[in-house]
Amino acid sequence: MGVFEKVKAIVVEQLGVDENEVTLETSFESLNADSLDIVELVMALEEEFDLDIPDDEAEKLRTIGNAVNYIKGNQ
Amino acid sequence: MSRVGIVGLGSYVPEDILTNKDFEKMVDTTDSWITARTGIKERRKAREGVPVSELCYQAARQALEDAGILPQEVELVIVASVTPDYAFPATACLVADRLGISKAAAFDLEAGCSGFIYAAVTASQFIAAGMYRTALVIGGETLSKITNWQDRGTCVLFGDGAGAAVLQPVEDGYGFLGMELGADGSGGDLLIQPAGGSSIPATTASVQANLHTIRMAGREVFKFAVRVIEESVQSLLSKCDLRLEDIDLFLFHQANQRIIEAAARRLELDQEKVFVNLERYGNTSAASIPLALDEAVQQKRIRDGDILMMVGFGAGLTWGAIACKWGGKGNKDDQNENL
Repeated sequence: MGVFEKVKAIVVEQLGVDENEVTLETSFESLNADSLDIVELVMALEEEFDLDIPDDEAEKLRTIGNAVNYIKGNQ
Repeated sequence: MSRVGIVGLGSYVPEDILTNKDFEKMVDTTDSWITARTGIKERRKAREGVPVSELCYQAARQALEDAGILPQEVELVIVASVTPDYAFPATACLVADRLGISKAAAFDLEAGCSGFIYAAVTASQFIAAGMYRTALVIGGETLSKITNWQDRGTCVLFGDGAGAAVLQPVEDGYGFLGMELGADGSGGDLLIQPAGGSSIPATTASVQANLHTIRMAGREVFKFAVRVIEESVQSLLSKCDLRLEDIDLFLFHQANQRIIEAAARRLELDQEKVFVNLERYGNTSAASIPLALDEAVQQKRIRDGDILMMVGFGAGLTWGAIACKWGGKGNKDDQNENL
């Protein structure tokens, strides 16, 4: 599975959304994720990809694509 | 080594209530925002001139009565708080004096919101070692006195209250089955009252800069809390040779409903087994676990023979957990030994 597919699976599970809703362009806001949903999502991503996403970086992640790019750049 | 357990409980919260609606008038927030992100609906606030020792005294008096213990039988008093009456003398000394406990060892312990767990574990070691037979452990806070009322992110979270427990040797098989404590000072700045200690002593400038109030990096603390609950539960289960399903009730530090839910989800816990009362008290730091414990016992959510797991986490960063089999009060062998 590629990074996007893994991220998508985590987003679907954590936020309880349909996988068709999750594209690279999808914003977390449009998935009705509040700040703490995003923290939980970040935790799941950190654990899946074995990396640390500091809070100031996490704040910049607006879309699924942002998250995928951050993971690819920091793995 | 004797087995140590809780033989009496008491709790006290001030009368004055601050609701989410009250905060709508103070800062830019709404009831629905606070409820969705914290689960908190109201919290208690001690009046001006009411120090934490007063709350601790009220809780402790009830705990002694519940245990059927006279003040003079208490040999050790520990108060856990981040809001003591004074930098010194220790609040424990003041509370002991008010209760009529004379000459008992008394000291304060500061381990943030893990304070009650730290204090209960500490007291249990004195009893297990045979140095003392009866200890009074109190978690009390008046966080309203160090809250930044302009910071909408934190001011809605905290509340005042106190909870107390009497610890004594208990029957074999009951009491504390396992405990653990831990700390990671690298996260010290994530949850801090910056001024008032020796780092930044109180000055006109420190007061003007509002440095005597609570600062919290909420998201970082959230991550720490969720992970440390999961890790502490797993580690204590394996230490005690227990399975998740053996635990009848979990009492986590009542910081935020979302932390408790996230941790419960990770552990795949049945919501019925997770005690929550933060909607009425907010985060009362060191007071939250004994407040929850006392309420759970009053509501008969805990019965003799039940196995509980309590997990605290907070400033330090610190964490601590106790697995406890409820009941077993009145260890007769031990009493005979002491005659």
